[in-house]
Amino acid sequence: MILARVVGTVVATRKDPRLEGKKLLIVKPVSPDGKDEAGYIVSVDTVSAGFRERVLVVAGSSARLAEGCKDTPVDSAIVGIVDEVHLD
Amino acid sequence: MYLGRVVGCVWCTAKDSNLNGLRMLVVQPLTPELENTGKRLICTDSTGAGAGELVYWVRGKEASFPFLPVEPPVDTTIVGIVDSVHVKPKAKRHGKKVNSC
Repeated sequence: MILARVVGTVVATRKDPRLEGKKLLIVKPVSPDGKDEAGYIVSVDTVSAGFRERVLVVAGSSARLAEGCKDTPVDSAIVGIVDEVHLD
Repeated sequence: MYLGRVVGCVWCTAKDSNLNGLRMLVVQPLTPELENTGKRLICTDSTGAGAGELVYWVRGKEASFPFLPVEPPVDTTIVGIVDSVHVKPKAKRHGKKVNSC
């Protein structure tokens, strides 16, 4: 999993029927010490994350194990809202 | 599977219900020579690894297998604590890149 910050939303009218009702968010990967990393990911939100929140993003086929994503065409899902990161 | 070192931990209150009770640790991927390589990532822990420990972790859907029959949505999991690593010095010069992340 990686850490990321929610930076926007995606609205899609025409899409796979199995994606109906799913919230799509744009997230930007961040390092554990809070610095932005390159790129953006469109991710399905399963935990009701909000704008600018730091979240946990799971990628690949494991994203389909997230709640409500069984057998849906997704490869990235938000599965947690991060409270705190402790670095040694 | 890849080598890594535990460098921190992550707390989440709001999360997928199948993630309840799982520890999430920040892992720095390492080369076989134990030098840092690639970006740090968040791994669930199936072994009880602690801070600073050398571990190996698995990527992909297989990362959820240690927790069967529950299938938590995780793509990286620590599956072992490393006691020692032995690499021939030659491998350092001619070995191919082991960790691509």
